[in-house]
Amino acid sequence: MSENMGLAPPKSPPIRLTREVVNSGFKQRVNELSGQHMDACYQCGNCSSGCPLAQEMDILPNGIIRLVQLGQRDEVINSETLWICASCFQCTVRCPKGIDIQAVMDALRQMALDEGVDHFGPDQIDPEQAALVPQPGLVGVYRKLST
Amino acid sequence: MKRIGVFVCHCGINIAMTVDVKRVAEEAMNMPGVAYAQDYIYMCSEPGQALVREKIKEEELDAVIIAACSPNLHESTFRAAAEEAGLNPWQCEIANIREQCSWVHTNREKATSKAIRIVDTLVQKTILNESLEPIPVSITKKALVIGGGIAGIQAALDIADSGYKIILVEKESSIGGHMAQLSETFPTLDCSQCILTPKMVAAGKHPNIELMTYSEIEEVSGYVGNFNVKIKRKASFVDWSKCNGCGLCMEKCPAKVPSLFDRELATHGAIYVPFPQAVPNKPVIDKDNCIYFKSGKCRLCEKVCEIGAINFEQEDLIVEEEIGAIIVATGFETLPVPNLVEYGAGDVPDVIDGLAFERLLSASGPTVGEVRRPSDGMVPKEIVFVQCAGSRDPERYRPYCSKICCMYTTKHALLYKHRVHDGQPYIFYIDIRTGGKGYEEFYHNAELDEGIIYLRGKVAKIFRDGDKTVVWGTDTLTGRNIEIAADLVVLATAMIPKDSTAELVKKLRIQTGPNGFLSEAHPKLRPVESINSGFYIAGAAQGPKDIPETVAQASAAACKVISLFSRDHLEQDPAIAWVDEDLCGNCRICISVCPYDAREFDEEKGIVIVNEALCEGCGSCVAACACGATQQRNLSDSQIRSMVTASLGGE
Repeated sequence: MSENMGLAPPKSPPIRLTREVVNSGFKQRVNELSGQHMDACYQCGNCSSGCPLAQEMDILPNGIIRLVQLGQRDEVINSETLWICASCFQCTVRCPKGIDIQAVMDALRQMALDEGVDHFGPDQIDPEQAALVPQPGLVGVYRKLST
Repeated sequence: MKRIGVFVCHCGINIAMTVDVKRVAEEAMNMPGVAYAQDYIYMCSEPGQALVREKIKEEELDAVIIAACSPNLHESTFRAAAEEAGLNPWQCEIANIREQCSWVHTNREKATSKAIRIVDTLVQKTILNESLEPIPVSITKKALVIGGGIAGIQAALDIADSGYKIILVEKESSIGGHMAQLSETFPTLDCSQCILTPKMVAAGKHPNIELMTYSEIEEVSGYVGNFNVKIKRKASFVDWSKCNGCGLCMEKCPAKVPSLFDRELATHGAIYVPFPQAVPNKPVIDKDNCIYFKSGKCRLCEKVCEIGAINFEQEDLIVEEEIGAIIVATGFETLPVPNLVEYGAGDVPDVIDGLAFERLLSASGPTVGEVRRPSDGMVPKEIVFVQCAGSRDPERYRPYCSKICCMYTTKHALLYKHRVHDGQPYIFYIDIRTGGKGYEEFYHNAELDEGIIYLRGKVAKIFRDGDKTVVWGTDTLTGRNIEIAADLVVLATAMIPKDSTAELVKKLRIQTGPNGFLSEAHPKLRPVESINSGFYIAGAAQGPKDIPETVAQASAAACKVISLFSRDHLEQDPAIAWVDEDLCGNCRICISVCPYDAREFDEEKGIVIVNEALCEGCGSCVAACACGATQQRNLSDSQIRSMVTASLGGE
């Protein structure tokens, strides 16, 4: 569990923002895949407040959206959060701006899978834990293995 | 002996919880002259007032004392009730047993005993109260508006439309103020010129408005309804009665002077109008920069002026005007960029302020509406806007929120995107405040559709690196520092009062608050009046505000003036100082202590008299008078002595 909830890990270098980074196509691709509008988010944090798995995440859901807004692809794609998310729809139901955050998580998982970024190998899953891992997480693993 | 009635208010539980109101009424019956006493839950309500009116008649009372809240709140209410029942209003007194008793004490026994003494004190005063009549004061039904920005223009138009004469004084040569500098206005993106210039023209043409531009207030004396104002009409060196505004002189003038209207992003000649849509559209010669005034040679403007309107001999002129009411609408300026040391102290050429950016966006600006940076004229592709540049910074700059920056910065970023489609705007902010009709929606749409990156954090440092302007900030939402190599940086600098405001308020004898903005008489209930009668305030001179609020306040101030002018005469409170002419020794100590200039030496009588229209009844001269010649009506020495005795328990 991160002591720095929702914030990036300490000792991170500054983000050097340019229009190339902001308009690299990452945010636009997330919009496209999820059918959502990342710039609609005003960072109220309601998605994170209601998330039942927030305490297990390295970056809170609103932090994920924030990093997408700033074009920080690698940090998002490599985040554990995508795989901790249980797709329970709490965030989607709560969002005052009507963003389907669960769909955003789906889109990001899809992008991570397309890149072949490994998060879980079958050997990493302890059978006892596997019984506890939320189903969409396991589905994600299976989908990765099948591509 | 007078028959006095005492009415004790519970004020719900405000008084009754701490003070035994029934006992106060019982004890009052034992006081000298008291013929009737009664308590009631809400004395100010209609049944409460009816009780007072009824008992004045039934009990044949000569005077009443209402033991309730502060006289500031309801003295006028109860005096009106007493008058309705046939009493002279000055035979009604308020004993304050709430603010000065129940609210500040917890011990019921002691608070009750104090309340009884307070009532007794007022009984002693009332026994000796005289019946008084208000002093009628005439009104000059002509108003003065100081400041020709949108606030002054709106106030002047509203008063003029109601049929009263107005003088609109403006320091610059044209009216229009800051609004004339703006490109488009949030949240509707109306072109500022398009909505302002028709009002400027209307003010210029209105038969009831006399424009005095390029003029300043020299001196103000007198009092509400009867001010005498001296106005300095600065020498423009152009005979405006002859000038037809052809503009040839301005074309030919060889001098180059940075245009303050264009925030020094362009120049004009030493003879100039601040902007082409000026009202009046008449030029002035800037004496400090005119080649003839500096070197004795040139006079080119004079040569080209076919109608001979140039007059190098012109001098400042003082005009005197009789005025009934004054609206102060002197507006604002912004914290100078050089004050902001960590943002380059004005030495980084591509760090400009919001008003300069307005000029870059304006179709009539130095770049004809193209966004080009000052250093090399390049169209900026990475642009950073920094909010709270000097605002909300009590340690180093200004403690308050400048209120308009969140909205105009969003507008700036949006208009920039409309001009430079492939450019990227970033906005650093602490909080986004969009309180106003349609404001949150404007921000929401800008964020959603324009690709503006909002970064939550205050910028720490801005410096030049090659042709880039580097911004060091942070994004507290990710907890990451942000570095942007920008092409142009726009600072939303704090709104501050005009530097001339401090000098002006001394001449007017009105007040400013801790940040130098004009003080209103009451922050909620009297927001457009100064505490000094006859002065009204409007616009950003009172505090940071946007155009709709400014216009609303200006119309409200105008309404107050119209209401004042609708009366035949003013009524001055007669409970003021008066002089026993036989006793006055003419030492004149009263003149030196009077804060209202109400005491003046009468040469004929050889004594110091009271100007009843100016006297506010503060009592300073009464206390200072060495020979007891000056007395306050209904607060005579003998009244005060018996009041002090009563307040000490009657010993």
